[in-house]
Amino acid sequence: MFAFLVRRIATIVPTLVFVSMLIFGLQQLLPGDPAIILAGEDRDPTVVAHLRAKMHLDDPLPVRYLYWINGVLHGDLGESLRMQKPVLELIMEKLPVTLELAALSIVIAFAIGIPAGIVSAVKRGTAWDYGANAVALWGLSTPNFWLGIMLILLFSVTLGWLPASGFVSPFEDLKANLAALVMPAFVLGNAIAAVLMRHTRSAMLQVLSSDYVRTARAKGLSERSVILKHALRNALIPVITLGALELGTLLSGAVLTEQVFTIPGFGKLIVDAVFNRDYAVVQGVVLFTATAYILLNLAADIAYVVVNPQIRAQ
Amino acid sequence: MQTALRIVRIGFALAWATLAATAGAQTLRIGLAEDPDVLDPTLARSFVGRIVFAALCDKLFDIDEKLAIVPQLATSYEWSADNKALTLKIRQGVTFHDGEKLDAAAVKYNIERHKTMAGSNRRGELALVTTVDVVDPATVRLNLSAPFAPLLAQLADRAGMMVSPKAAQEAGDKFGAKPVCSGPFRFVERIAQDRIVLEKYPNYWNKGEIFVDKVVYLPIVDSTVRLANLKSGQLDFIERLATSDVPALKSDSRFKISKITEIGYQGITINVGKSDLAQKNPLGKDPRVREAFELALDRQGIVQVAQDGEGEVGNQWVAPSNGFYAKNMPIPKRDVARAKALLAEAGVPNPSFTLMTPTTSDAQKVAQVVQAMVKEAGFDVKIQSTEFATSLDMADKGQYDAYVLAWSGRADPDGNIYSFDACKQPLNYAGYCKPDVDEILNKSRTTRDAAERRKLFEQLAAIALKDRPVVYLYHRNWLWAYTAKLSGLRTIPDGLVRVQGLKFN
Repeated sequence: MFAFLVRRIATIVPTLVFVSMLIFGLQQLLPGDPAIILAGEDRDPTVVAHLRAKMHLDDPLPVRYLYWINGVLHGDLGESLRMQKPVLELIMEKLPVTLELAALSIVIAFAIGIPAGIVSAVKRGTAWDYGANAVALWGLSTPNFWLGIMLILLFSVTLGWLPASGFVSPFEDLKANLAALVMPAFVLGNAIAAVLMRHTRSAMLQVLSSDYVRTARAKGLSERSVILKHALRNALIPVITLGALELGTLLSGAVLTEQVFTIPGFGKLIVDAVFNRDYAVVQGVVLFTATAYILLNLAADIAYVVVNPQIRAQ
Repeated sequence: MQTALRIVRIGFALAWATLAATAGAQTLRIGLAEDPDVLDPTLARSFVGRIVFAALCDKLFDIDEKLAIVPQLATSYEWSADNKALTLKIRQGVTFHDGEKLDAAAVKYNIERHKTMAGSNRRGELALVTTVDVVDPATVRLNLSAPFAPLLAQLADRAGMMVSPKAAQEAGDKFGAKPVCSGPFRFVERIAQDRIVLEKYPNYWNKGEIFVDKVVYLPIVDSTVRLANLKSGQLDFIERLATSDVPALKSDSRFKISKITEIGYQGITINVGKSDLAQKNPLGKDPRVREAFELALDRQGIVQVAQDGEGEVGNQWVAPSNGFYAKNMPIPKRDVARAKALLAEAGVPNPSFTLMTPTTSDAQKVAQVVQAMVKEAGFDVKIQSTEFATSLDMADKGQYDAYVLAWSGRADPDGNIYSFDACKQPLNYAGYCKPDVDEILNKSRTTRDAAERRKLFEQLAAIALKDRPVVYLYHRNWLWAYTAKLSGLRTIPDGLVRVQGLKFN
């Protein structure tokens, strides 16, 4: 077990180094001189020169990488040149927003996806099944931005029930916070729910036709108990793994949805930074989410070891 | 099921009521089209940032509806006989948001900060100011290396914004995170990409004109969502209403729309000398081809398609309604036959070139309608849609034939032409360079007499509008939409929202 942990953690270091190089390298492929775009409308030559010096743009690529990685190792992700604010501060400002939105979206996705999947598997071939499938297909094929704007028009403009966009901190006003997040979380959750529903359905169908389910039925257990207690538990394992993966994706920010609902999360931060060529922000946020992803993976691996004695024995 | 629905409904209603209560009647919520950059007048670069500064930081001067310079923190000014010194009387009794006094020394500090701070965007605007003398606590003198007519207009913009010297010294280059100025509202908080909150400054020198307690700026990029927020009552005011939304909103009595022609312009910049490409393309090489190009354009049609008619057609760096419009060069009428004849004369009946355009929908529409119009004269235009930062870089390197480019405009015409047409200037993407043009441009900076400057601009127009480094198309309308409860909005052509006088009825 100990050896496994050491081995597993040892692979993280080269992975992170590689990721940091990739992030830095890919960023350099963006066309356009960042100093020119950051210098604003007037593009004063002295300002351009000042920004070039600040970003070390006149140094060779490896030197620039070393400047950056040296800062990162010292806990300094650099500074947003557009907002004159440390990148770490920006990340810490956006992280709770993104976390909350991601968590709510996943809750909504599970709340819709799993019951729908169960129903369509149990009532296979009936109107319930076709109905659930149609809803799933709709969820998968509806573009987020379109659904977002439609919801805004219905719930904010026509009915006036919900705020059209924006974000309020839950510590400031929990009700307003939930009111602001319910639509974007639904838009994001809706698409994931469709995927979860399809997976739940196929996993349930497989489990329901297995021997132990037949045995359970033969024992005279109620159908409710067979489905929810015996079949669902086993069917959910791959679905939960999938849900966790989707959560990881949500943590890197939901670009379009955040844009439509003006949610100040990672997605909006990174998109604005790319368009403004605010390199330090792009690098910092991507490195942060990549590291989080890798660490979550490590946690999952460790959990497998704890749970599964076969791996432990190896 | 019914009960569940009712509970959900009550939940929504409660949430909404809480939101409405926190907003309060005396808070003015303004929807911005972009998120402003750093809120330090010396370092600031974006147009949208200037909208926030209009409430936060007073300037030495302001401009009015007719672009005339009016006093703000300076009560009066006087030029020396040789036009190389500007003496300003500073308003008495003005304090910064930290309670510090605004006096001549503070003005001197600010001008010097603009000129010397690393990364200052104001240095170029104040380049000709050599020294600043404090004559007495209420009088300051700016000494210039040469006469510079646009100086007052510069001081009516960010170069004239005064920040608290004490706060600026303490914060250094972090000043923009918590700006301390002397405007009607003081800074409370900013959450990047979410909101900027300002509150009324009780000791504002002109507090009789301030009728709201708080101003909140919310950047909402999508114009549909911005409008939805206004309609649902979460915003009181939005800037840059989409032109396509004007008719529907006009018929809604709950809202008002105000508009005014911008001081900037929309045009097509042509590579006439920025790189070798200029000589490889008939459009860049031959002025007759450029003339044919302009003659093939129907400007009214362009405004109709790209702006739903919300704009003023124009052919110069200032709009025809501007006092400095050169009347000797009116807007040419569309003449396809003449355009064809010119192309035949130039020996290129079917010239082909690439029109680079940023990916904004307005610019794309302009490119498409121009492509269709000039095709009738024989032009073969290929549209190249390019992400804005990339397109700017390509223009800067001269890797383009023609480029759809807009300019937000400055109060003095100099700000719309000098950096674009004078040799080797930073915004001269066309690569245009002519000694006689430079001479006229420099001369127009040294004289303060409006009639004389008008004459010089007419001379300039006679040359530059024939060389066509830029083909000017039109001037957009600034479109503001706001709740009908709000009154007192002044429509100033710079597109900034003055909070003075705004009140809820």
